[in-house]
Order: sequence, then C-alpha cells, then structure tokens
Amino acid sequence: MFSEKARWIGSEAMRDGSTGFLTTRLEQFISWGRKNALWPLPFGTSCCGIEMMSTLAADYDISRFGAEVVRFSPRQSDLLIVAGIVNLKMAPVLRMIYDQMSDPKWVISMGSCASSGNGLFDSYCVLKGIDTVIPVDVYVPGCPPNPENLLHGLLGLQEKISRGDTHAQRRQRA
Amino acid sequence: MSDTKYKSVLNRDPDDLWEDSRAIVNIGPIHPAMHGAFRLVAKLNGETIENSYGEFGYTHRAKEKMGENRTYHQYIVYTDRMNYVSAMINNTVYAMAVERLMGIEVPERTIWIRMVCSEMARVIDHLVCVGINAVDIGAFSYFLYGFHEREEAYTLIERLCGSRLTTSFTRIGGLMADAPEGWEKDVKAWVKRTRKTIDEMDRLLTMNRIWQKRTIGVGVITKEQCIEYGFSGPNARGSGLDVDLRRDQPCMFYKDVEFDVPYAKEGDIFSRYLVRIEEIRQSLNIITQCADRIKPGPIWCEDKRVRIPDKDVVYNTMEGMIHHFKFFMTGFEVPAGETYTQFEAANGEFGFYIVSKGSSKAHRMRVRGPSFWHFQALPLMVRGLKVADMVATFGSINVIAGEIDR
Amino acid sequence: MEITDIRNYVPTTFGDWVPKFGELWKAQISTLRHRFGDDILEARMPPEYPTDVPIIYVKKESILNVLSFMKTDSAFEYNFLSDLTATDESVEPRFELVYNLFSTTKLVRIRLKVRLRDDEEAATAMAVWPGANWAEREIFDMFGIKFAGHPDLRRILMDIRYVGHPLRKDFPLKAYQIFTEPELADPALLDG
Repeated sequence: MFSEKARWIGSEAMRDGSTGFLTTRLEQFISWGRKNALWPLPFGTSCCGIEMMSTLAADYDISRFGAEVVRFSPRQSDLLIVAGIVNLKMAPVLRMIYDQMSDPKWVISMGSCASSGNGLFDSYCVLKGIDTVIPVDVYVPGCPPNPENLLHGLLGLQEKISRGDTHAQRRQRA
Repeated sequence: MSDTKYKSVLNRDPDDLWEDSRAIVNIGPIHPAMHGAFRLVAKLNGETIENSYGEFGYTHRAKEKMGENRTYHQYIVYTDRMNYVSAMINNTVYAMAVERLMGIEVPERTIWIRMVCSEMARVIDHLVCVGINAVDIGAFSYFLYGFHEREEAYTLIERLCGSRLTTSFTRIGGLMADAPEGWEKDVKAWVKRTRKTIDEMDRLLTMNRIWQKRTIGVGVITKEQCIEYGFSGPNARGSGLDVDLRRDQPCMFYKDVEFDVPYAKEGDIFSRYLVRIEEIRQSLNIITQCADRIKPGPIWCEDKRVRIPDKDVVYNTMEGMIHHFKFFMTGFEVPAGETYTQFEAANGEFGFYIVSKGSSKAHRMRVRGPSFWHFQALPLMVRGLKVADMVATFGSINVIAGEIDR
Repeated sequence: MEITDIRNYVPTTFGDWVPKFGELWKAQISTLRHRFGDDILEARMPPEYPTDVPIIYVKKESILNVLSFMKTDSAFEYNFLSDLTATDESVEPRFELVYNLFSTTKLVRIRLKVRLRDDEEAATAMAVWPGANWAEREIFDMFGIKFAGHPDLRRILMDIRYVGHPLRKDFPLKAYQIFTEPELADPALLDG
C-alpha cells in the first residue's frame, strides 16, 4: 500500500492514465500538509447538519482524518462543508461566507439538497445546486448521507488535494 | 497616564457611558449558537440585550406548496424532513391525518410499532436538545454521551427501515415493512442501556453548581405567557401548563399504557431541562410496555384504495400490475373533507391541517410546527439578559429549522 | 371492506369525538347564535359534514368579539390558539382564514373561519393572542392578505424584496427570483 503510493506520487502518470499536476517535491509536501489538516466550517442548515454533527461526534470521528479543529468563522477555516438546503434567501449569505474565506479553500457539498436541489428541485425558493453560486470540489450524495459517506467524500477530497486537482490549487497555478 | 483615563471611565454612570453607542449585533444566520439557520438582531447595552428581533426563512423549502402538487403518497417523504431529529413522529402524524380523512383503521401491530417508533424519536430528540444546550453552556461530554445513545437508536431504526435519520417509515394504511425478528428484544436492551446513560447524565448536571447557576432563573416564561404565545410540549410544561396530548387527547393506544407527565413551575431553563430528562424516562417506560405487547399479525389495512400490492402479486398478475401502476402514477383519491390532526411531538403540538377537495392531491396542506410559536417568544424571554444567557435560552427552547421554515 | 362514505365515519384511531363532545358543541353553537345572531353565518357539525370538529363561519367584522368571548366565557374557555392559517379557494370570496382553537381546561377543539374577498383586509387577532403576530405575517407573506392594526406587517419566510405571494393558486410552483446581496438587518425595528 505504501509502496504503491510512493510509486505514483513522484511520477508523471497515475495508474489510471491521468496525469498529476504537482510537479515539484515542495508542492507535494505542501499539499500533504494541507490535506491532513483541514479546518472545516460546518455550514449546516437542515437534516444533513444532523448527520454532520454525528460525524463530528465520537462514533464516527472526523478528527481521525485531521479535520478536528472546527471553526465557525470563515476567516479561520479552509474547508466549507455545505450540509443542507440552500435557498434563495441563503444563497447571498453563502456567497458572502465563501468570499470571506482565504485561499486555498475547498468546498464539500454534502447531501443531494446542496448538490442539486433534491426533491425540491421544482420549488420556487430552492437553489438548484450550490455550484450555481460557488465552485465545488466534492459532491457527497445521499439524503442524508451516512457519516461514512461524508468521510469517504473527505478522503476523496484529500486525494484530490494530493493530486493537485482542486479549484483552489488550479487558481494558484494560473 | 492610562490610569487616570481608566479611573474616569469607571467613575461615570454606566448608562451615561453607553449613550448613543448601543451596539446592534447581528447573530446569525450561520452561527454555532443558532441551531439551524436563524438570525437574531440584538441591540446591546454593553453585554445586556435591550431589544431584539428574530428572523428565519433561510431553510424555507416550500413544503406547503409541494403538498398541493404531490400526491398523498409522494408527500410522505417531505414530512420527515420537517422535524428532522425525530422523523418518525412526523410520519406518524401525517399517516394519522390522511387515514382520518379516508376513514381507515389500521391493524393493532401497526399501531404498536408506530408508538414504539414515536417514543424512540422523542427520546432521541430530547437527547439532542439537552446535549446541544449543554454544549452551548460549556459541558461537552454530555453531548457525546447522548450522541452515542443516538447512534445505537439509529442502528435499531436502520434495521427497521433502512435509513437512519429521514425514515419515511409509515404508509397510509400501514407501514413500509414489518419489524424484523428479534427487533423488540433489541429495543428493550437499548432501553436498559439508555436508562443507565440518562442516570449518568443526570448525576453530571442536575446538582452541578455551575449548571444551576447558569440555568436557574434564566429565560423565564410564565404560564400565562405560554397560553398567549401558543407554547406547548416541554416548554409549556416547564412553566406549569399541564397539557399533554398523549394523555388528554389520547390516540393510538396511549390509553392502555401507563406513564406520568412531568411538569415544573418556574419556567426557566432548569425546569425545562428537568422536564425533558423526566420525559425521556417516561418514554422509555412506554417503549418497554409497548414492546411487550406487540403481537404478530398483519401490518396493512386491507382497504383496496391504499393497500400497496405485494411484489409477487405485482409481478405475476395483470390486476396487480395495473393497480401498482395506478397507485404510484396517479395516486388514490381522498374524499372531500378537512381535518386538523395533532399529536404530542417532542417539541409540542405538531399538527397537519389538510383540506381535500376529493382529488388525489391536497387542496391545502398546512403544517403546524411548534417551534414557530416558540421562537416568537424568544425576544420576550431574553430581554434584559446577557448574550450568554440568550445562547443558553435559545438552546433550551429546542427550535428546529425544518419545523419553522417548512 | 369498502369505506367510501365518510359521513358515517367515527374516527376510531383517535377516540370518539362526536359521541364525546357532540352535545357540548351543539350547546356552544346555540349559545353563539343566541348571543351574536347574524354574525354567525353558518355552522357545520360533524358527522353531517366531512370534518372532525365543528366549523363556524363568522362575519369578518365581528371575529374579534367572537374570539375574545370564546376565550373568556366559562362555557367555552377556548384559550389556546393552535393554528391560524388561510386557504385559497379559487371562487369568490377567495380566501378563508382558519382559526383552530383548543381549550386547555375542557380539552376540546373547534374551528372558526372567516371568508375574505381578494382585496379585503382582515382584523388582527393580536389583541386576543399576542402570539398571532407571526402567524399573520406568514399569511401576508404567503397569500397577500393584509391585517389592519398589525404593528409590523412584513414578509417573514421569503426575502423582503420578493415579489408575489407564493401560496396563491395562480402563483407557479417553479418561479425563481435571484437576489445578489444578502438581506440586511433593520435597526429601526429595534427602537420599539
């Protein structure tokens, strides 16, 4: 397991044929540090917020993966977990909070209400996915997703960071 | 030097100091103390709240308009996203309301299972409320103990219907699926463990001097104000209004189980906390009594309008397939009428006011969420308190965003 | 067993309200008719009508008198306002305000309705129950019914700048309005 990782972290191509974006050892080291110390901002509005609380509690511990320091201020965090519905009254607030976070910042859209609008797609007040307002890195499906699903999404985000594939890292390169 | 500056500041009248500089502070909508997405705008005189107003609507999901555009069966899914910490109760109330409109009587086993699920939902709701209240005041381990019992309850609910939080378990005229073998025994084992956990939590907090100093006399609402503002549930019982719809307006089999209804007189956070802890114990009693009385039997009412055909009938007979198709595509028709069906949810009186004009979609689907009426009285309760007391009061009222905004 | 006629239905999953409260309701309705006369337009009793509690239609001008009488009189004691809502029938008179009342002492429920036309203003029930404040704001937000005498009638669920009243029958389900700036707090509301 470790040898597989060591093999492709320094090489040009991944095992599935895609190429990585991190070219220097320094960038790989920095992304290793960043992915293992994400500071989440739980933007919990509705039912997915309760499952997020379950993930932060003792049974499914998110601090095993480094995301222990939960800060409720956007100025002090770098991972925005949008859990729950975002409607038209909340969308400008979401954008304001996203703008207040400093780069590099990552967004996990937790639950299908945040990813697409879910069963309320047809209503007059629901945003049809938060990616109409902010750029999203990982979508976690489910209504609500199991805490294990959210942890799987977090691990996927960590893998994306180590590849250099996220919106924040692309912005830094460009 | 700086000493003289501070001395002159201290010798002035406090009101004089803050004249024309009262701070207007916006708390929310994303704030750890505002559970869900609420906003409280407060005018502060130093640390004391002089005036405030609350605002919500940040999770408004148009459930009432959806109720007019979805069939009665499709709407079950929307009901358990309202009070999402105790989703089984919402499902039960909705099923009772539509069954009342249609004149359907469900079998005994369904009623017992619905009662067990409702009381389990009540227990986990109170665990969340008291846990979050404790976290806001500063006692963090309480939250973790409560959440562990919640996880055990989630495991049981997952065995029953496959989903942890948003269950959609009841159907009009029955249940989604039967309880598996041995489920009742595991529920009773869970009840035993939860009793021990509740005793432990009680020992941690009730006689704790810090807890008592933070909660006694804070966030008071009187019994007359409760009636004026439409309070119900543990918030009203903490102020002395002794109304519990399970005992006073019994439905299902609540006449046949024995339980007490606790109430307190002072109306502050401490009495609401005590009422909730005691209600958890009484709910655990009810669960044990119901789990003893569940007998094997059918769970569906055999009324042709609502009985979803079994899968072997659907796949092997033509009539079964057509019935299945029509049921899920067009829905069944509910005769014209109206009803306001209510039940004692964990927060208070949770009700559905359904007006039907005889079609397969409701004409008006109104949800009476108890937190709507509770949040209204918050500016009244926190006038003159410090901001930290406001945080504690807000946690003790147990407002759930899904119920207010629908 | 085919149950198709709801008029003969006694709600057994709820306990029997018509045998339990039927006489009380009849006596209360006759007292109301005796006292208020023409203001009581109609009274629909179960089980003749498909409803679970009696519905009393009251004239718009005298609803406050009826409500405060029913709150304080010892034969009625309907002191708890369970719910205050409205429905949109598409025929004139268009709206129906619905008051669901509960008595915490006698443990009995009843429903009052007021019919309103499209442009009529209703009277606010805050004099009887201060808790009707937000419920009336929500009715204004969702239906557009204005309440005369309300201290603070503005939108509560939707954004302040929203145009239209969503729960009306002619409002489409899939409408959409975007706001780019968040709604700011209003300090003037704190000066009361």
